[in-house]
Amino acid sequence: MNGHDNSIDLIRLREMTDGDRQRFWRSLEELAESPGFQASAQHEFPVSRRAGDAAAQSASGVSRRDLLKLVGASTAVATLAACTKLPVEKIVPYVRQPEEFVPGVPLYYATALPFGGYAQGMLVESHLGRPTKVEGNPDHPASLGAASLFAQASVLTLYDPDRSQVPTHLGRVASWDAFQAEITDALNNHRPSKGAGIRLLTENVTSPTLAQQIRAFLAQFPSAKWHQYEPCGFDAAREGSRLAFGEYVNTVYRFARAEVILALDSDFLCSGAGAVRYAHDFADKRRVVDARSTLNRLYAVESTPLSTGAVADHRLRLRSSDIEGLVRAVAAGLGVSGVGQASVPAGVPANWIPALVRDLQAHRGASIVIVGDQQPPVVHGLAHAINHALGNAGATVIHTEPVEANPGDGMQSLSELVADMKAGQVELLVIMGANPVYNAPADLGFAEQFMKVKLRVRLGLYNDETSELCHWHIPESHYLEAWGDCRAYDGTASVIQPLIAPLYTSKSAYEFMAALLNQPNTSAHDLVYQYWTEHAPADQAARFRNFEAFWESSLNNGTIAGTVFAPKQVALQGRFAAPGGPPDANPGDLEIVFRPDPAIWDGSFANNGWLQELPRPLTKLTWDNAAQVSPATAQRLSLNREDVVKLTYEGRELSAPVLIVPGHADNSVTLHLGYGRRRAGGIGTGVGVNAYSIRTSANPGFGVGLQIQKTGARYHLVTTQNQHIINQDGRRVEEESQAAFKRDIVRVATLTEFQGHPDFAADPPEETTQAPSMYPAYNYKKGYQWGMSIDLNSCTGCNACIVACYAENNIPVVGKEQVDDGRDMQWIRVDTYYRGSLDAPEAYNQVVMCMQCENAPCEYVCPVGATVHSPEGLNVMVYNRCVGTRYCSNNCPYKVRRFNFYLYSDWTTPSLYPLRNPDVTVRSRGVMEKCSYCLQRINEVKIKAEREDRAIHDGEILTACQQTCPTQAIVFGNINDPASRVARLKAQSRQYGLLRDLNTRPRTTYLARVTNPNPELAGPRAQES
Amino acid sequence: MAQIFHRSTNTIARVSIYGAVFILGIVAYVAWEVNQSSYFTTAKLPLEQPVPFSHKHHAAELGIDCRYCHTSVETSSFAGLPPTATCMTCHSQIWVNSSMLEPVRASYRTDQSLAWTRVNALPDFVYFNHSIHINKGIGCTTCHGQLGEMPITWRDNTLYMRWCIDCHKHPERQIRLRADVFKPIYHPPSNQLALGRRLVKEYGVKGAAALISCDTCHR
Repeated sequence: MNGHDNSIDLIRLREMTDGDRQRFWRSLEELAESPGFQASAQHEFPVSRRAGDAAAQSASGVSRRDLLKLVGASTAVATLAACTKLPVEKIVPYVRQPEEFVPGVPLYYATALPFGGYAQGMLVESHLGRPTKVEGNPDHPASLGAASLFAQASVLTLYDPDRSQVPTHLGRVASWDAFQAEITDALNNHRPSKGAGIRLLTENVTSPTLAQQIRAFLAQFPSAKWHQYEPCGFDAAREGSRLAFGEYVNTVYRFARAEVILALDSDFLCSGAGAVRYAHDFADKRRVVDARSTLNRLYAVESTPLSTGAVADHRLRLRSSDIEGLVRAVAAGLGVSGVGQASVPAGVPANWIPALVRDLQAHRGASIVIVGDQQPPVVHGLAHAINHALGNAGATVIHTEPVEANPGDGMQSLSELVADMKAGQVELLVIMGANPVYNAPADLGFAEQFMKVKLRVRLGLYNDETSELCHWHIPESHYLEAWGDCRAYDGTASVIQPLIAPLYTSKSAYEFMAALLNQPNTSAHDLVYQYWTEHAPADQAARFRNFEAFWESSLNNGTIAGTVFAPKQVALQGRFAAPGGPPDANPGDLEIVFRPDPAIWDGSFANNGWLQELPRPLTKLTWDNAAQVSPATAQRLSLNREDVVKLTYEGRELSAPVLIVPGHADNSVTLHLGYGRRRAGGIGTGVGVNAYSIRTSANPGFGVGLQIQKTGARYHLVTTQNQHIINQDGRRVEEESQAAFKRDIVRVATLTEFQGHPDFAADPPEETTQAPSMYPAYNYKKGYQWGMSIDLNSCTGCNACIVACYAENNIPVVGKEQVDDGRDMQWIRVDTYYRGSLDAPEAYNQVVMCMQCENAPCEYVCPVGATVHSPEGLNVMVYNRCVGTRYCSNNCPYKVRRFNFYLYSDWTTPSLYPLRNPDVTVRSRGVMEKCSYCLQRINEVKIKAEREDRAIHDGEILTACQQTCPTQAIVFGNINDPASRVARLKAQSRQYGLLRDLNTRPRTTYLARVTNPNPELAGPRAQES
Repeated sequence: MAQIFHRSTNTIARVSIYGAVFILGIVAYVAWEVNQSSYFTTAKLPLEQPVPFSHKHHAAELGIDCRYCHTSVETSSFAGLPPTATCMTCHSQIWVNSSMLEPVRASYRTDQSLAWTRVNALPDFVYFNHSIHINKGIGCTTCHGQLGEMPITWRDNTLYMRWCIDCHKHPERQIRLRADVFKPIYHPPSNQLALGRRLVKEYGVKGAAALISCDTCHR
């Protein structure tokens, strides 16, 4: 955003927002009425902040004569450029064509993405043998047809030109055979000592086959050790289960049965092994049909504003270090024994805990207490105790055997490895996947000790920070290139089925382990196949005529039948008495919170442009991380947005820019992990600051004792929160009155209010009537008429839709500077609105894309007819006609049109060619684009139905955003069919259209949000601070 | 005052003003003709191919169905080009020593694909679908010309948008019985318009408004 007034008068803003429960606001800049915000609201695209950017200066400094010259010149040049002949193309058919292969018709294969080791079941679309798009697998329990943003983005990582492509030895290109020879020699030298000097470091392993291989390796070298480290894994949850039950157990939550949920620093809707499924189940319990509908109730207690908190009915902002005190108080209130001294942390309203306790008690066996992975084991243990006390265990909270092949405390494991390296006991270290040189906690001094190891070998997707310090680097195959297996959050095993042969000379972890086991050239397929011939559930396999048939059925379904873990009875053992009173005696001390980034996770997706450019939930920050603080803390420390501060924590320093985040807990600083990569690749290197450099192994989640010092420097952060602004103030155009009115962009009511006024969100009738028009009216009564309904009650703002749209519609990445100028190319965006006080506002997410207006303002102004109306009610964009006047986007009140100011699409990198969806045009410079309701999908199904001489079934066409949405907030279909899902949703009383006052008659409409606050707690959707 | 211009200037001026209309007209006509010519559109120009395949011989004289080679024409946007194995179903038995067919045998032997030169190409922003045209009674020859008379294949039409739109506006002029779709040589019957109107209705062809909507072909 251009022209930020960085020194915002927070005191004045607080006075403005306190007690104002009517006003929705986007950002502090809006409240402060900063000139930059005003300009952004007025203009389609903000004026570029950089000098010399000719395209952006059209409004200023160009005389009429110059303009005419430019027009003349560009006409002449365009005419010349058009005088080209079509290039000669070759068609290269198969020599022997595989069966079932129809050129031009994509095939779908079931596979699974191992994310943090845990399977997310997927169907991957393959065009002529190249994977282009990832969808969720409806038959997989962790997906149910939806896919996370990481799954959606993983296809870009496959084609990432920065992936390592050849094995290297001491930085020089080497061969796999040379490696095989050297590693065999090295291992043989260790045989006499039974491998005492050998260490294996992996990421979290759930793969049964890989675990079996590693165990076989350890059997050959009994004195060798296997370490597992996951920087943003579930160590605390695992240790918490051991604290509670005396053994590692896995916990599966059944949100489909939960009426009351307490989330403690937990982003269960958007991150974690089961997040997609949890979001689905959670949203199912919040579907409002009519006034008789019931809703679940979510209490969220969190320091950082999270997506989960934004959909909560009650969000309490509390420092992460105070959450233990709160959970003890809740446990004490519920009568859980052995929880020790319970003192309510400062900042918790007096009636909050009693009301929560009563609500939980009223829903025994139908409630869930869930804890985030940043919280220490004791909080996880206490949550288990509460769930047991409430009778949730076995009902909504299911315990099973651990999903991990070898569960353990990763941080502890890594510490032991470093200690061994320090003691000189490690002679050969083999690292598979993990990148500890970058992401090990700073206090371990990993890199320094690592250099003492005589032979360092790394298998990795990228030649990154760790590979740089290794003797050998072997490129790892992407999961879309190699066979494998892994388990989902509930234990369900899936076979990872490759979609394409390895693009480079890479090896999968399985093939790599086979090399260590001196079984060179064993294929991963045979290893996985072999494992399951021996370990397939006997009763399931017996239903098939032979194992081959069972295997094929498993591949087809994407899951191996009968592998889900059975519920396990566990006895609560833990005593959770705090060692010495409340953990933090001084509430004024600053705390630092380390979280995985909502877009690039632990940094492993740092080189993924789709994810880097994603506006992070709520903050809308792109291409950076920042020290996020609350307005009150900023005020107390006199910090402004973009001030660079020195963070000193446990004797280590890190400079980071400040971002003021409404709703953040006071005296707490959030820093997202995954940034500050030195060797991530062309996209990710040097983006943001490295939070791992001040993270400690003792307190990986958060810690108290942070010092902040202003450095005086400034660093420009790019957020999209002040871009694509929809003006909330409308103005009536009737002759006599020019009265301003509020447009109610976000409409919300509590359940009680909704029951009293089911049509609270409805537009006044006069706004929906057809105003006179000089254009002939379309007949919308016949044929298919496409429409969309977006349920604001379901949307969690997880951003998966945006990434799905990137992949489906060949959307380019533009980079930080261009995003700053409001030129991001995302066709779909998630707008966040706040309501209420500056310190603890309610947050509302609203997904906005092209509304496909029936009276589309963009169509009337296009001088070349490049955006026109289709008989099915679509507002179609014809790229080859567009000459780039930008009149259409100038006239779009929703600001959903995106212009290719430069050649944003990468037309030159060969590895990216196969990524493109062949059914969608790749746009060039000077062309306007926007959401098309996934026209290519509509046409594909329409042609199929026409061929079969039938009507299109409801739900046969899914838009990319709809298909990937975990909560099914987006529903698309034929509004002319009253039985269709979309027509039924649009018939609900909650339906409203955005900017109906402009008579655009949008085809995309919203269902207003209904919240379910506890009547005992004050306020309609009270956000307590 | 003496005359500046000679009397003949009047005639020259009249002729040149009058003539300019003709000259400009001729220039425009030539430009138009060049624009329509095979030189410019590359229509009707036979292209060099690895093997001089004759549709005339295979489709018309031997009567091999179009779908024997173009297998996906009824199910996919792309009609499909035959894999070498399809050629070899016959040519492993007949013309086995023909030097003309050596590239085919070499391809089969070495597992290297034949690289055919594309005859009918559309720009990348146009999405044509074979299957729907075939299914709605638009024959191969409607767009590809009388293939049964082509000893070597050329593009028979410009494939310009104007040409596409002509048919999308008036499908009844081109539509034929589904049974006739794959005829390698086809001449419309004398009652084409009456038949066309009947078939448009019978096959459920969409109205012109839908057929010429931009989103039918562009996305």
